[in-house]
Amino acid sequence: MRRLLALVALLAAFSAGAQDKVLRVVPHSNLNILDPIWTTQYMARNHGYMVYDTLFGTDEKNRIQPQMVEKWSESPDHRLWTFTLRPGLAFHDGAPVTGEDVIASLQRWGKRDAMGQKLMSFVERMDTPQPNTFRIFLREACGFVLEALGKPSSNVPFIMPRRIAETPADKQIEDATGSGPYIFAKEEFKPGDKAVYLKNTKYVPRKEPPSGTAGGKRVYVDRVEWNLALRDAQAQVNALERGEVDILEQPAFESYAPLKADKNVQIVNSNPLGFQYMCRFNHLYPPFNNQKIRQAALAAMQQEPFLRAQVGVKEFYHSCPSMFTCNTPYGSPKGSDIQSKSNMRKAQELLKASGYDGTPVVLMKPTDLAAIQKLPEVAAQLLRQAGFKVDLQAMDWNTVVTRRAKKDPPAQGGWNMFCTAWVAPDIWNPIANPAVGAMGEKSWFGWPSDEKLEQLRDAFARETDAAKKKALAEDIQARAFEVGTHAPLGEYIEPLAARKSITGFVTGPGNLYWNIRKN
Amino acid sequence: MNVLSNWSVRIGGLVLALLVLVAAAAPWLGTVDPTLFDAASRDLRPGEAGEITTLEGDTVKHVFLMGSDSYGRDIYSRVLYGTRVSLVVGLTAALLALFFGVICGLVAGYLRRLDGVVMRVMDGIMAIPAILIAIAVVALWRASLTSVVIAIAIPEIPRVTRLVRSLVLTIREEPYVEAAVSLGTPTAKIMFGHILPNTIAPLLVQGTYICAFAILLEAILSFLGVGLPPDIPTWGNIMAEGRVQFVAYPHNVFFPGIFLAVTVLAVNILGDGLRDTLDPKMAKRV
Amino acid sequence: MLLVVAVLVFLLLRLTPGDPAAIMAGDAATAEQIASIRAGLGLDRPIAVQFGLWMQRILSGDLGQSFYFRIGVATLIGQRLEPTFALAALTILIAVVVSIPMGVLAAWRFGGWFDRALMGFSVLGFSVPVFVLAYLLIWLVSLKLGWLPVQGYSRLAAGVWPFLEHLILPAITLSVIYIALIARVTRASVLEALGEDYIRTARAKGLSELRVLVRHALANAAVPIATVIGIGISILIGGVVVTESVYAIPGLGRLTVDAVLARDFPTIQGVILFFSLIYVAINLLIDLSYVFLDPRIRY
Repeated sequence: MRRLLALVALLAAFSAGAQDKVLRVVPHSNLNILDPIWTTQYMARNHGYMVYDTLFGTDEKNRIQPQMVEKWSESPDHRLWTFTLRPGLAFHDGAPVTGEDVIASLQRWGKRDAMGQKLMSFVERMDTPQPNTFRIFLREACGFVLEALGKPSSNVPFIMPRRIAETPADKQIEDATGSGPYIFAKEEFKPGDKAVYLKNTKYVPRKEPPSGTAGGKRVYVDRVEWNLALRDAQAQVNALERGEVDILEQPAFESYAPLKADKNVQIVNSNPLGFQYMCRFNHLYPPFNNQKIRQAALAAMQQEPFLRAQVGVKEFYHSCPSMFTCNTPYGSPKGSDIQSKSNMRKAQELLKASGYDGTPVVLMKPTDLAAIQKLPEVAAQLLRQAGFKVDLQAMDWNTVVTRRAKKDPPAQGGWNMFCTAWVAPDIWNPIANPAVGAMGEKSWFGWPSDEKLEQLRDAFARETDAAKKKALAEDIQARAFEVGTHAPLGEYIEPLAARKSITGFVTGPGNLYWNIRKN
Repeated sequence: MNVLSNWSVRIGGLVLALLVLVAAAAPWLGTVDPTLFDAASRDLRPGEAGEITTLEGDTVKHVFLMGSDSYGRDIYSRVLYGTRVSLVVGLTAALLALFFGVICGLVAGYLRRLDGVVMRVMDGIMAIPAILIAIAVVALWRASLTSVVIAIAIPEIPRVTRLVRSLVLTIREEPYVEAAVSLGTPTAKIMFGHILPNTIAPLLVQGTYICAFAILLEAILSFLGVGLPPDIPTWGNIMAEGRVQFVAYPHNVFFPGIFLAVTVLAVNILGDGLRDTLDPKMAKRV
Repeated sequence: MLLVVAVLVFLLLRLTPGDPAAIMAGDAATAEQIASIRAGLGLDRPIAVQFGLWMQRILSGDLGQSFYFRIGVATLIGQRLEPTFALAALTILIAVVVSIPMGVLAAWRFGGWFDRALMGFSVLGFSVPVFVLAYLLIWLVSLKLGWLPVQGYSRLAAGVWPFLEHLILPAITLSVIYIALIARVTRASVLEALGEDYIRTARAKGLSELRVLVRHALANAAVPIATVIGIGISILIGGVVVTESVYAIPGLGRLTVDAVLARDFPTIQGVILFFSLIYVAINLLIDLSYVFLDPRIRY
């Protein structure tokens, strides 16, 4: 009898060891769109990083590094770029990755992404002289070719098979085949319930250690399961504490205190550059069609109250008097005095002097996005203290998204102001940052219009000298503050929480799941 | 049997009267503006002292009797002012449901031709769970006091309609009504003069249950993020904002939860009492 | 009735503000991009044409595809059936098993302490909001005592015990209201029956009290209990969004709410039709059950 039991125990131990290693993740939001080119949603981008690969990546020090590309060269006049792909790159269906796939993918990306569109405006043509080589011919020198190809955040120029990349850019793709370190288990996908990714055993990682979205993407687990059903913040904390899940991508700010206290949980800051908050004015209608009034609002909206109310945890936020990410090449405080060196008294004076006539500010507040939903309340209180009339309207985030695209007058379904958050790479330079575009109705929601700003941005796009680019960026920011394009509201991090048995987190602008070990 | 001598009516009525009093007297019961906050005062425990910034920009010292929420707002003030909103929402939704239910019920019961259509529509509404209807109405239009009240009232209309309709069908057979018809009395006079008075008692009982349900439904809608705009304090809103840190700071959910449970309890008890005295037939069934 | 519901829902969705195309297009979309998405979804055609096309598909059994996922609405609903029905079944089971004896006991000892306690508890049962009860239970049973998991749903195919242990807390949370309702209804019916002549006859015949209560008095309660169960099932199938949210159970309620918030019209329409069907089916079943439960009823 004892021998039988011992045998059974041995078998059980053996089979337990042979079981799949499953990483259970609670992502920061629901996954409802699987096409990372079609939408800028961060969930789609994170999904993209699982199943696709990129030509270049951005490492921890924000330098562009090759990923799918083995070597590349630039002609002396900067107008011809030639790239060679690494050997061994293949899609999940076995087909090798060729230059044709790359070109089709870049073209599709170039139709949707702002930086991609700008790049494509410089491109004369692209071709692939051999299957593993491709070339880009430019009309004139462009200062950000590699920055665009290695762009870490939305939209990321993921490489897809040509047949899939030929889907028109305004339709979603139906097939998640890529060449990345994970394979999307389509049969196991249950919307609103869970998404499953399986290790791609045929993936050939680079030799370097992983760094940011660059380096070797080695996978040490067999399955990653994204739990899409667990959306209640308290339940997420409970589940992590009990070990029912392994990682919480973005715990609610209020959850960090209890999580820190739990001895089985670690808080990991894998996205040190974090995010930046901003509130955006609608430049088409009163009161914010008046530059002086926008400046009064900027003076009233000090960053500290927003950060304290929304984030609360002191170590997680800091004021940043820049529209581009602080502690990155273009993050300088030039021109920000109107906001950073103001106080409520000054704001009140500016408002009086501007001739404000009491038009209420229609401020949209989302009720279902914990990460940003306190910002409008703080904005409303500060603006009221400055003398504005504020009409705070609550709606779910999807309604905000719909409404902010409308150019109607605020009283007829339009808006005057909304607040949101961007991850650092999406705003850290004047080309990627959608808020400093001032092409009037062609710009990002809010539609500011300023010729001088656009001239400066154009010059930046063409400039190839690093020092000159920096100076231009400072001028762009100064002008943007003068114009009052939007109000930057400081930066914060939202570290992930994980069981202590999970190691190997990679630093990046989003949550990356290679290199992770579950011990 | 006198309504007021029933213990359930007395207890339920007394508690409700107290709540109405508290709601009306909220500004004088040591409260501050429930929308004011100061992030320096966030997450204080019940009884702790902190600061509030007024709209003029002054800072005022304040003792947070029930603690503060994650913005730094005073929960005591929010709960007291929230009493107003919750009671108003409950009452208005119930009245609205009763009003439309009576009209539809009278029409369905008295006008044979419209009976089929009206009851089909009512069946359709009853087929969909109340919460989903309410969420859909609020989410599809803007979240405001009006839309939330309408959203809560709509799912209750079919039950009232059925009640009124069945009463109408019964009363219609009564001899005095048949007499009135044969005398040529106008339909409207029959409906409002003869039939309606007989429905008051059961409707009153039904109304209190609807009111209780409405107050609970408002809390649930707020909990799911599709209720009243958060700058209007309601018990549901306070609990919704506090749910994230329920384990660490239970006072966010506890105090409004108690008020909510007591109010709904009082309304239900009142309803039971009214039913026992006014409509003994229904009392036997439930 | 189904047609009426179909028309109402269809119109409602298309006449309200909130554009699914803009939501899907995302942050950086231009007006042209949103317009072409609308065309792709078929939203730019006249309402009558859209309705006609949809009805055509429905009648051939096709509920259409979700705007978001390239997945059929029928599949989405199908994925949610197991958790939803499992939770509903367990809830009703617990409610019935607990409440009927309580109701009978309360009626038998009418006016006694148990009766009063039951009436008090039952009113409390429908006065406490579901999420408060859920949080309290989770805190007590999962966090403090560690007996059951805090969240999630485990498919039956993955094992009977995981399946059960994930469902117990949500089912208990939901059953409280039904225990209150069914207990009251049982009590009232048994009370009514106990006053009847045939009970006196049965007692006079020397039948044991238990037999009198169960076989004769309780039988009177069968029809009202069945009615309450019928109503309860309808609500449990689609209306328990809060419980599904707090316990992370992928049920139909959550599917509907997410679809409403995302303005996923085909899913909303499909689910509403499904609920109507369930409602009709349940009503039919309950009506049929009356025949078995009460010999006096004949159709």
